[in-house]
Amino acid sequence: MPDALLLLTLVGLPFLGAIAAGLLPTHARNAAAWLAGGIAAAGVALVWAGYPTVAAGGVLRHEIAWMPSLGLNLVLRMDGFAWLFAGMVSGVGALVIVYARYYMAEDDPVPRFFAFLLAFMGSMTGVVISGNLIQLAFFWELTSLFSFLLIGYWHHLAAARDGARMALTITATGGLCLFAGVLVLGHIVGSYDLDAVLASGDRIRTHPLYLPALVLILLGALTKSAQFPFHFWLPHAMAAPTPVSAYLHSATLVKAGVFLMARLWPVMAGTDAWFWIVGTAGVTTLILGAYIAIFQHDLKGLLAYSTISHLGLITLLLGLNSKLAMVAAIFHIINHATFKASLFMAAGIIDHETGTRDIRRLSGLNRFMPFTARLALVAAAAMAGVPLLNGFLSKEMFFAEALSAEGPLPFLLDVLPAAATVASAFSVAYSLRFIHGAFFGPDPVDLPLTPHEPPTWMRFPVEILVLACIIIGLLPAATVGPYLDMAAHAALGAATPDYSLAVWHGFSLPLLMSLIALVAGVSLYLMLQRHLKKGVEGAPLIGGLQGQRMFERTMVFLSWRLARTLEGLLGTRRLQPQLRLVVCVAVLAAGWTVWLRGLGPGNLIPSGIDPVLALIWAIGAACAVGAAWQAKYHRLVALILLGGTGLVTCVTFVWFSAPDLALTQLLVEVVTTILLLLGLRWLPKRLDVPGARPPEVITATRRLRDLAIAVAAGLGMAALAFGVMTRFPPEILAEHFLERSYTEGGGTNVVNVILVDFRGFDTLGEITVLGVVALTAYALLRRFRPAPDSVDVPEQQRDQSAHDIARPGRREGDTVADWLLIPSIIARLLFPVIGLVAVYLLLRGHDLPGGGFAAGLTASIALILQYMLGGTQWVEARLRVLPLRWMGLGLLLATGTGLAAWAFGRPFLTTYFSYAELPLVGTVPVTSALIFDIGVFALVVGATMLTLIALARQSVRGHRAAAPRPADELAAPLAAPSAAPVAGPAATAMGDD
Amino acid sequence: MELILALGIGVLTGSGVWLLLRPRTFQVIIGLSLLSYAVNLFIFSTGGLRTGAVPVLERGTMGHLATYADPVPQALVLTAIVISFATTALFLVLLLAARGLTGTDHVDGREKDR
Repeated sequence: MPDALLLLTLVGLPFLGAIAAGLLPTHARNAAAWLAGGIAAAGVALVWAGYPTVAAGGVLRHEIAWMPSLGLNLVLRMDGFAWLFAGMVSGVGALVIVYARYYMAEDDPVPRFFAFLLAFMGSMTGVVISGNLIQLAFFWELTSLFSFLLIGYWHHLAAARDGARMALTITATGGLCLFAGVLVLGHIVGSYDLDAVLASGDRIRTHPLYLPALVLILLGALTKSAQFPFHFWLPHAMAAPTPVSAYLHSATLVKAGVFLMARLWPVMAGTDAWFWIVGTAGVTTLILGAYIAIFQHDLKGLLAYSTISHLGLITLLLGLNSKLAMVAAIFHIINHATFKASLFMAAGIIDHETGTRDIRRLSGLNRFMPFTARLALVAAAAMAGVPLLNGFLSKEMFFAEALSAEGPLPFLLDVLPAAATVASAFSVAYSLRFIHGAFFGPDPVDLPLTPHEPPTWMRFPVEILVLACIIIGLLPAATVGPYLDMAAHAALGAATPDYSLAVWHGFSLPLLMSLIALVAGVSLYLMLQRHLKKGVEGAPLIGGLQGQRMFERTMVFLSWRLARTLEGLLGTRRLQPQLRLVVCVAVLAAGWTVWLRGLGPGNLIPSGIDPVLALIWAIGAACAVGAAWQAKYHRLVALILLGGTGLVTCVTFVWFSAPDLALTQLLVEVVTTILLLLGLRWLPKRLDVPGARPPEVITATRRLRDLAIAVAAGLGMAALAFGVMTRFPPEILAEHFLERSYTEGGGTNVVNVILVDFRGFDTLGEITVLGVVALTAYALLRRFRPAPDSVDVPEQQRDQSAHDIARPGRREGDTVADWLLIPSIIARLLFPVIGLVAVYLLLRGHDLPGGGFAAGLTASIALILQYMLGGTQWVEARLRVLPLRWMGLGLLLATGTGLAAWAFGRPFLTTYFSYAELPLVGTVPVTSALIFDIGVFALVVGATMLTLIALARQSVRGHRAAAPRPADELAAPLAAPSAAPVAGPAATAMGDD
Repeated sequence: MELILALGIGVLTGSGVWLLLRPRTFQVIIGLSLLSYAVNLFIFSTGGLRTGAVPVLERGTMGHLATYADPVPQALVLTAIVISFATTALFLVLLLAARGLTGTDHVDGREKDR
């Protein structure tokens, strides 16, 4: 089987299976179990298929380029070390799935469970066979995510939710640290590729950024492996279904941390910093976990703390900076996975068959489930380090390493063997408590269920694992030897030391330490009997040291108190302070930069002042200031002045050789003014009463402050603009476009060619934005209800109607109907002319100023002129503009032109052009960019018209809504609902087209 | 020339910022429009101010910056003009909807508490 297929299937299959399982009906337990089991078995087979390569010292590797320029590729890489972990993930996974099939209750939504489990299995496989650090961090976070879902599987239980949230908070935060750490590491090495990283150990260890990288990566690893002081999430994760605990907390999730430390061990270990951080965390966790485990009353709680302790042992071994200790660590990883998974399953069986996991209530189960009792006994003995079982072997190696460790402070190393023996004695005591408490003593009383042996297949995984404990314990070299050797060589390379896997090493100091630990452990358990019988919760002496409480306090502080305080201090729901802040920050940031760098004189000499332009800008500035002055009480004046500024801008564009901009600016100016004029009608009246009381002191101060900000912003912007204009402009891009515009784009109007050809994709995005804006405007106005004081017919129209009524021979509305009769006739006549201009602008756009935008706006102006002068009803009775169709057509044309390039095997939006000779018209550019520009044109027409018509129609609706008012006050409440049916035909006319 | 345009941009920005900080929605919309003129002119000016530069190429030739106007800021500004038109339209509609829903034209949707 090719490497690529094998590796991709190994990672991908569990995720596919997860999707499939998630789609199964809620109660398809057997189908889901078969599916999951089949996938796990396939995983085992795939891992096994990779064995010949890795056994020969090879590496299975597959690389899929993703962003090669950034060094981001999907790299799957399986060497002997990763193989071992992949084997554990899929092997223990398969056993857990068999177990879970019998453990999960009838009414649990089992397919969901298996979906999460498979997804977790895929993520974990992804972690171990990632050949790229960032990819590893990604899968790492996926394991956090899926472990969250698995721990919180029984989400109706508060404990499960809290435990899941805590596990996610701790491990995902650690994962973020890890991500930062691998970024630093990648920066040091210059590559995120694992092979490159593993080849540059010396560079990493001597780099100034070594310590930050180390601390960040270790934060990730130690949180994941539940090392002190982050250990407290693991006991809370015991709220998960037991198969999850057996899987996550024996072979997979928590092993990811030690996996990573071991993976990076050759390049990051060997320094004092590593020794102190990893070693201290390890030894503290080892002793603390073992100590607390003795006093747990929950079987799973005991196992959880024991897991913490054993992970501490592995971490300590990794921290000793010795290659032999590293081998011992890998060996203990295997052993711990076997005995701990089986013990979790045994605890689950007890829980399943008796209804409780409380050691204080359990007793004498040996008589009811003798076979399970034997299995648990063997596994617990392996955990305690009893000779002839696998736990004993790795513990012996650990003792030997503790005795021979070398480190910066010799005194501390003398304590290490004693600490190891004490921790070992504790582990004997808690193993004894597990077995003695559950299986021996008098018959249990008052259990929720009558205990009996579990179904054969539920016990089967336990049997396999216990068998592994025994045969590894008896024949280590013949069974696990080759695999361990392969993993150690893959992790350590050629420098792997010699070690011997034998049951009997003769009478040695480690053996003596084992015996002392056994005797001390048994005596300790006997001495503690009375205390344990009392059933007090928590371990004595260190009861106050509760990581969980600190975690909760921190969370409350961060997510509630701090957040509230900050919100109170800095937050506001008012717009003005927010805008003020934004403007101030912008001004200060710009000022700060100038202050740091200095502005200095530019390298261009400013050209002389042209009096005409100076006069024009004097007018423009006066208009701008006037608009600012009048915008509150005299909106129409402000609008006119705004238009004046716009015209000055437009003239400036012409002045400085930008006819395209001037054209577009002029047209936009017209449309914007019409738009705002249409809006004026719905704003409240605000009269500037002369001689009114002057503004209060606070208001006046506020205005002064705003004025200061505005002046600062204006001066800053002027200085910035002057600075930019007196510097030599960058011209690299300009030359590029100028040279290629005709030769490659076929157009002489460079601006237009940039828009429709070179940067056509941007324009496509832009017209989409325009379409979205128009649709939003339309949607908002559909629900528009004018404010009550704006609903009435305008004063002028009322006067005119009153005039009609007063005169004989005139009917009400005659004057209104004749309003602007002559201009409207002229506008009607002009309509085709303006339309023709629009078409002309559109067609010549590629070569001369014009183009889709300008043409679209021109056509819109032609239409809106009819609306303004003829009235909405008059126009719509004669001409139905269907803006949505225009918009749809425009987008389709523009996108279609882009897609058509694909048909010719070119990239999206590649244009084709040539020139055609037409009779009468002359040479016409025939280019696919023209079709694109027609799309732009259609969309601009549609979007502008949609907005303008929607605004224009408001007055029609407003009047109708206002109509029933004077007739009957009772009808007033009905006015608002009645607006809906009134709006109906109009809305459907636009909505259905 | 540069000085005039720079001062012009400054005045437009100042007026725009002043209006941006005002409490009435119409003031803000006028302010945004003024600000967008200023920004468009600023972007345009980054290409250098050139009077009498040729904006359109001779057919069949390659252009050079020595004789032709810089097209890049122009293309950027053309886009910016259209987008600021769209935002003005959207803001206007939002303004009307807010006015209809809340009955006030204050930017916070309610009159300041006295």
